[in-house]
Amino acid sequence: MILIAIISLGGIGAAGAALLYATSKKFEVYEDPRVSQVQEVLPAANCGGCGFAGCAGFAAACVKADNLDNLNCPVGGASVMEKVSAILGKEALKTEPTVAVVRCNGDCDARPQLNQYDGVSNCAIAAALYGGETGCSFGCLGMGDCEASCNFDAIHINPVTRLPEVIEDKCTSCGACVKACPKNIIELRKKGPKSRRIYVSCVNQDKGGVARKACTNACIGCSKCEKECAFDAIKVENNLAYIDPVKCRLCRKCVVVCPTMAIHELNFPPRKEKEADSTVKPQKIQPETAATVTPENK
Amino acid sequence: MLRTFRIGGIHPPENKLSAGKKIVRLAVPKQVIIPLSQHIGAPAQAIVKKGDMVKTGTLIAKPGGFVSANIHSSVSGKINKIDSAIDASGYKRTAIFIDVDGDEWEDAIDRSDNLIKDCKLSGKEIIDKIAAAGIVGLGGATFPTQIKLTPPPGNKAEILIINAVECEPYLTSDHILMMEKGEEVLIGVTLLMKAIDVKRAVIGIENNKPDAIKHLTNLASAYPGIEIMPLKVQYPQGGEKQLIDAVIRKQVKSGALPISAGAVVQNVGTSFAVYEAVQKNKPLIERVVTVTGKKLTNPTNLLTRIGTPINALIEEAGGVPENTGKIIGGGPMMGKALVSPDVPVTKGSSGILLLTKEESVRKPMQNCIRCAKCVNVCPMGLNPTLLMNATEFTNWDMAEANYIVDCIECGSCSYTCPANRPLLDYIRLGKGKVMGIIRARKA
Repeated sequence: MILIAIISLGGIGAAGAALLYATSKKFEVYEDPRVSQVQEVLPAANCGGCGFAGCAGFAAACVKADNLDNLNCPVGGASVMEKVSAILGKEALKTEPTVAVVRCNGDCDARPQLNQYDGVSNCAIAAALYGGETGCSFGCLGMGDCEASCNFDAIHINPVTRLPEVIEDKCTSCGACVKACPKNIIELRKKGPKSRRIYVSCVNQDKGGVARKACTNACIGCSKCEKECAFDAIKVENNLAYIDPVKCRLCRKCVVVCPTMAIHELNFPPRKEKEADSTVKPQKIQPETAATVTPENK
Repeated sequence: MLRTFRIGGIHPPENKLSAGKKIVRLAVPKQVIIPLSQHIGAPAQAIVKKGDMVKTGTLIAKPGGFVSANIHSSVSGKINKIDSAIDASGYKRTAIFIDVDGDEWEDAIDRSDNLIKDCKLSGKEIIDKIAAAGIVGLGGATFPTQIKLTPPPGNKAEILIINAVECEPYLTSDHILMMEKGEEVLIGVTLLMKAIDVKRAVIGIENNKPDAIKHLTNLASAYPGIEIMPLKVQYPQGGEKQLIDAVIRKQVKSGALPISAGAVVQNVGTSFAVYEAVQKNKPLIERVVTVTGKKLTNPTNLLTRIGTPINALIEEAGGVPENTGKIIGGGPMMGKALVSPDVPVTKGSSGILLLTKEESVRKPMQNCIRCAKCVNVCPMGLNPTLLMNATEFTNWDMAEANYIVDCIECGSCSYTCPANRPLLDYIRLGKGKVMGIIRARKA
């Protein structure tokens, strides 16, 4: 009895195995082994920052492409791209690491609230509806579309200032928040040596008086920084200053002259005393520097 | 059995508080703010500069594109500045500020009350005069009228439908206009019929205005081709496609223009403006605005110059009552909360509604219970809950495949939702995104 069972079940098993083997041979899809090799060195974040749906798509595109000029993994940065180029034998462009920077400094004290929004808590919907709760129609709406879009827990709305803050160590510069922000406040900026950066923390294009009335921290387009800059890195257009991160030499002179303190410096050592005596105005606590001491980082 | 449109619709409380209140002419304010974007399409281009003197009715801005309209000064005085001002859109946009000095009108404008019935102009000349007067659709969409009257080549209108349904709760400006200016409205309709060369016009009026139906029916016997059609009260019957369905039982296909059903739809307020423009040479510089609200001491209908700050209108109606939560520009269904009481009246302002805090509060959103009430009431036959989800999860392909661009933003879905889901908020966002994607694909 037991013999019949062994034979019949063994036979079914053998037949099944033969069928499976034949099928797998017949319908085999050839995959370039380099795709999985590349995929292995990628960060596996599937964030879409490269422009592809996920890391697998990016790996396939890297293998297929003639050169890696237009392909870059912002999360992995130069080190990962080096490994990819080693696997594929194609030259990868050297890219500088970038990080997300929030260009709005209109906290609740600086920007008085003029009306109350009680619609859906979603920046894109609010922005489609009107200019926002304050007099500044360019600034942050504070409902956290950026926070919701971040896969890396790197950007959070500060409940006190109602402004997003980037945790630099976690930010992979995938660009999800840049795309999510309907006001185009967030910019991917060059990380800079020792993470030191100088940028204008405002995107208000109103005339000086109007901008100032709406927000005491706004860039008023006075051009003082433009004149102060010895490296031609600052341009004022549409009543708004912009610092070119490539030309900027991090001398910090513009930070000092800005009458509204709209230009922010990040991760610099404190200034020397005598400098402070002459022209330096007391600096406010900057949200981004404050962000580095959030509970997770302590 | 009265007619109405065949798909969906709701019947919110009518609350026509200012019904029957006579039109009151509001005093000219000290300063007017005339935005350059009072119509759908490209903003007009200012042709005056700071310090210029203008009279009432002087052309101050020319069309900035094909879909655009002339703008005239609504007062006489001096141009104070051309600067950005916050308007009903909630954004700062360019506007012309005029300091009022007396009230001197352009000589060509006939300010008498004489009724002029005869018109020797050809259809083309009538359309040119309408364009010169800067007339736009006064129902709220503010689409430049001359474009609507010039159908694309190969299309021929068979019927003119006049939208006098005023399906929005609270608003009464069209109602009182029909009662007081019935003859003028009917002459305006005759002019519009001549402009598009049709023999038949139907004025659709909802059955909650029996006095207007009676009044216009009496008057219309003297005007051949004009017919008054009472309609069942149903929101959003004032929507172009809904009104066509109600009146001539034809459905306009997705993405098609009303002219494909052989119909041209104009608002009753527009036909009055057409009368004034063609017969009296008067550009669109004033309009009737309903000022209403349950706590307002004197809800009323005001004939207001374009550019008057809405503050002045609310003062005339008794001032802002205590406990006011929101000031809405337009009606409660399609109107939009205003960010400031300094916002000026524009061509498209049909009403100002003051809601109390209790009325204006938005209840917290709950989970969808799949009751499909929104599907039942959607007058376009869409699936609002599906479209909201598609937008929430940025599935634009799904949104487009389910005709999100056909949404007329009437708000029936949000109104009816027992779970207080902000359906229209999301759908409006998705519609904008999908329209952008379609435009990019075509380019």
